Formats: sequence, structure tokens, C-alpha cells
Amino acid sequence: MHEMSICESIVSVIEQQAVAQSFTRVRRVRLEIGPLAGVELEALRFSFDVVTRGGIAAGSELDVIELPVTGWCMPCAGSVEVRERFDACPDCGSYQIQITGGEELRIKDMEVD
Amino acid sequence: MCTVCGCSEGEVKIEGGENHSHADGGDHHHHHTEDEPGTHHYGHGPAHAHAPGLSQSRMVQIETDILVKNNEYAAANRRVFQDNGTLALNLVSSPGSGKTTLLTQTIKRLQGELGIAVIEGDQQTANDAERIRETGVPAIQVNTGKGCHLDGHMVGHALEHLDIGAEGVLFIENVGNLVCPAAFDLGEAHKVVILSVTEGEDKPIKYPDMFHASDVMLLTKTDLLPHLDFDVDKCLDYARRVNPRIKTLLVSAKSGEGMEDWLNWVRSSRQIFQIGRAPKISAGR
Repeated sequence: MHEMSICESIVSVIEQQAVAQSFTRVRRVRLEIGPLAGVELEALRFSFDVVTRGGIAAGSELDVIELPVTGWCMPCAGSVEVRERFDACPDCGSYQIQITGGEELRIKDMEVD
Repeated sequence: MCTVCGCSEGEVKIEGGENHSHADGGDHHHHHTEDEPGTHHYGHGPAHAHAPGLSQSRMVQIETDILVKNNEYAAANRRVFQDNGTLALNLVSSPGSGKTTLLTQTIKRLQGELGIAVIEGDQQTANDAERIRETGVPAIQVNTGKGCHLDGHMVGHALEHLDIGAEGVLFIENVGNLVCPAAFDLGEAHKVVILSVTEGEDKPIKYPDMFHASDVMLLTKTDLLPHLDFDVDKCLDYARRVNPRIKTLLVSAKSGEGMEDWLNWVRSSRQIFQIGRAPKISAGR
């Protein structure tokens, strides 16, 4: 439900950047989102179209790069890929995993005029 | 109109203040582009090229956290708390877990010993703030309107209308929601997640983000345990699975069982928060 707020934050970053990097139109926005960021992509896309309407990012394309959830397994002493915070290590079955990636919620870059 | 950002109308209402237009995570739509409507001028790029048909499309690297704005507001709140020596606790839970009852009981027991202030977040009504004010401590209601969580900006505005005193405790009762408030920092020292035994014991793994973001879990309404099939050990196990460092306490605001442990946690956290703080003992902000 907070996808709308997230999109409004995106728009405000875009508007700031528009002044800083002097551009007047945004064609494409690329986001990096991890599965643990708590964002529903479908809702995000829907909100993005609504929130950008009338602004400099109106009609722009939204690309989302979905990042994996990674963790550091202590017994294995190595990086592993898991699906959830509470998943066991796929190699040794231990729950002693420290999540190292998957919480990202970032604007990576934009294609602008 | 608010003095920080010039905002005026909107869904967010802060009791005692005017309306604010940020049901949105603290955003401001200040349009600074100087384009006249209806004109297509391509000479604004860094090269100021005016060649017809030549696109100035380019990639700009941003690499910015989307919630950076909220985090700035949260950092500002955190400075206020630091200056005042106020321990801020963000209470999160699903609706109906008994947050407000637990809070009124906590206030009754700590009042007189510590300075206490409360920020109440709900979609609508000022009922909860009234319940808190009946105990005699200052409380302010923030109605989020359509929003599903409090954000750093709303809390910043609430602080303008609330006397948090010095070296006390500020309880921020978030909107009842186990999802969104996990992502929004308010500047608090700790998130405290409240789970009642009338909910499922698997809530910690159903809503892992919230339990992961919290430092303490209060399992409440434990006086009802004899009437339920709730498996306490399993619940605590699930909570530790998503957050190995979470502290878990069993309390009943009704019978008083476990309340002393919770109060001791608040007292000692407040003390720890004071340690190492710059020796600036002055009231007000």
C-alpha cells in the first residue's frame, strides 16, 4: 500500500536531479529493487503512471532490475542465495544466515533529455 | 501553513495544527523547471545544442535510495531526540493487538518517575490521543488519511505541537499495520513490535520485515493463553528465525504479568540512551 509514497519519493528525486543535472524530460527510469524491500512491483508500476502524470517524468518507462536475496552463511563461511529472511542455507541447512543483499530500493539511472 | 515546507492542504491531519499535504512519505512537488507549457526547446542540455532532429537523450546515474527524503526527516527528528535526551520508541503492530491499552498501563506505572509524551498515529479519529490524555500526559494525534504508516515528516510536524520535555520517553504509536511502517524510519531509537496471543503464532514469518526491523517483541494478552491453542515457544522461535537478536517479552496489560520486565526495559534503554550524550541539559528545543 505504500507504493504510492515510494513513487512520490521517486518523483521528488527526479525533480531534484532535473535541476542539478539540467534536464527537462525523463524517458526511462531504472530502479534496483530487492525482494526484501517490501515493494509490490505491480502496484509500483500502477502508482508510477499515476504519480508521474503531468510532471517531467510523464509517460516515461519504468524498468525494474530485480536483485537476488543473498546472505552469508556462517557454518559454510560463504555467500549463498536464499529466497526469504528465514530460509535455511541451501547447502548446509543452517539458519545462521546474515542477509547481505535483497533490501535494495534504489533509483539506478535515468534516460533523460 | 507549515513553516518548514510551506505545505497546506491534504489528507494528513495533525491535531492542534493545520492540515498538511503529505500523505505521501514526505514529498514536495516544487516544480523548478522553467519550461513554458507547450514549448519544445531542446537547447537546455549541457551542450546547448540547437541542431534540429538531434536528440540530447543521455543517461544520468542516480544511485539514490528512494526513501532518502524520509530518511532526512528521520535524521532531523533523531537530532531533536538527541538534543532533548528523549528516548523515542516506535510501537508497531497489527490493528487490535492492544497497543493503546498497553500504552495507557505503561504510562500509569511510569508517570511521575519519567517524563512521557505520546504521538498517536491512526487513519482517522483522535480517540486514541484522548485515551492517552486521560492519563494526564501530553499526546497528539496524527491522522494519516489514506496513508498506511507514519513517516518522518509527519512526526517532525507533530513534534512542533508537542512538548516532549527533556530526558523523558516519547512513545510513537504507529498506524496498526505490520507491513509498511517497517520501511519508514521515524528517527526512533527502537522499534517495538507488539503481537497479541489472539493472533497466529506464525505472524513473525508471515510478516518478516516488521519483526526483522524491531529490537523488541512484546507478546501481549498473555492472560488469555489458557483459553487458546497459541504455541508461545513456536512463536518466539519464528521471531528469532527472522531476527536472531530480537528481545522477546511476555506481558499482560490486564493482569500486570510481565509488565515490570517491560518497564525495566524502557527504563534501562532510556539510561543507555542518555549515556554518552553531550552534556546539554536544557529544556525545550
